[in-house]
Amino acid sequence: MKLIERFKQAGFAITCEAGPPKGIELNKLIDELEPLREKVDAFNVTDLQSSVLRVGSMATCRLLKERGLEPVMQLTCRDRNRLALQSDVLSAATLGIENLLCLTGDHPTLGDHPQAMPVFDLDSVQLLAAVKGLMNGKDMAGNDLEGKSPDFCLGAAVNPGADPLEPQIIKMQKKVNAGAQFFQTQAVYEVDKFADFCEKVSDLNVPVMAGLVLIKSPAMARFMNENVAGIHVPDEIIDELAAVPKEKRVLKSLQISARLIKQLKNLCQGIHIMSLGWERHVPALLEMAAL
Amino acid sequence: MLFTKNKPIDEILDSLDGEKNIFLLACNGCAEACGTGGQQGLDTTKAELEKAGKNVTAACLVDFLCNKLLVTTRLSREMETITKSDSILVLTCGVGVQAVSKVINKVVHPADDTVSLGGLQGLWPAEERCQACGQCALDYTGGICPVTTCAKGLLNGPCGGAQNGKCEVDPEKDCGWQLIYDRLKKLGRLENLAKLRTPRDHSKMLPSQELRKTSFYDVEQATES
Repeated sequence: MKLIERFKQAGFAITCEAGPPKGIELNKLIDELEPLREKVDAFNVTDLQSSVLRVGSMATCRLLKERGLEPVMQLTCRDRNRLALQSDVLSAATLGIENLLCLTGDHPTLGDHPQAMPVFDLDSVQLLAAVKGLMNGKDMAGNDLEGKSPDFCLGAAVNPGADPLEPQIIKMQKKVNAGAQFFQTQAVYEVDKFADFCEKVSDLNVPVMAGLVLIKSPAMARFMNENVAGIHVPDEIIDELAAVPKEKRVLKSLQISARLIKQLKNLCQGIHIMSLGWERHVPALLEMAAL
Repeated sequence: MLFTKNKPIDEILDSLDGEKNIFLLACNGCAEACGTGGQQGLDTTKAELEKAGKNVTAACLVDFLCNKLLVTTRLSREMETITKSDSILVLTCGVGVQAVSKVINKVVHPADDTVSLGGLQGLWPAEERCQACGQCALDYTGGICPVTTCAKGLLNGPCGGAQNGKCEVDPEKDCGWQLIYDRLKKLGRLENLAKLRTPRDHSKMLPSQELRKTSFYDVEQATES
């Protein structure tokens, strides 16, 4: 199912990130996602997240699809030139994948193969335009595709916490023009700032899904504040988590996230949960957030 | 030697859209030798601009536009004319355009595409870098090169990975798109960012057969002067 249908029908969608493992055994990941079957609309499968080598997004998406779990395939510009990107887009279509999230991708130096060549032949806007072209039966060189054209629901990313915000919004508009049908954001912890962002982009008329990283510990929150662009976990949240004993951290973390979801859900059209290994806690979180 | 080619006049006129008074500036170094700059470049471009109805406010020659000291010294005598002009059209390599943009608070348009660096990247090795992509984008980015200042060489805006204006790759390196954004804002040209830049044509980085036969590319193998 295309995610855009969900936005049209329900006006709201919930997705959960799924990070493929570094290895070929996917049973553990799939087992962890299984309890979310009826709870989320799609699983967003990362493409070598943080530039760390893992099994591919496309293969993982296909395996999810075979089990009746709806995937969103992330596709970054970091590792493939335009030939490989277009070929992978066609391959994804032949495997029945219907949702694509087109991203620039982190730089390879941030990952576990810092020696790798950074490709970035296309940027995220150009990738969206290229996929749109394939959907219209033409490759980037203007050649006709044979037979049926691929058909995708296209997503893109935006960082509402970026400073300055203006170039992010200008680029977001370009992504919409290029074919993006929905957006998911970097993790949001400042509701007022996010409300301001939503107001600024409301005239784009495109569904925005607020991103949420489950904070596992105060140290993790501080690490994100220092190292992840556009993420700012306010001190109140860090203190709130730090105030409970370790054995109650999971519950407190879920309470904080549930509260954020309740505040964010009225501002936007969806929630995208980045659980980072805490997939098993997501059902409880959704229940607490009354989603 | 940095080898440059004239951008097609239509592309130049397109970049000058809405501007009437143009200050012409040419390099008398590499670009003179390539025939894209120097007095010849100035004369040809001036005639083309006037044919298109533009008012050329000055046609100025500087020995090496990559040398910011020379540029600053020479242009300080022209400030009155530059202030009255809408923009500066620069006949030089990518390093030269960036150097001019760095020292003058004025919209700068490149008139040339840089196609080969030939072993020397500018005569004044400062922070400006050119990768000889053959499709100079400096017009749209306010004279700051996105190919060399952005770690990902992105053409359509920042990736979202910058923090406090610094690149995700190196916290001590400025985000190229932050510099471009600040510059365009200062110039009142932020609307440039909304334009869709199509993917680069990497085949333009391959030296042409004609170029390879010249001393601009390979002194030892040159069959033509």
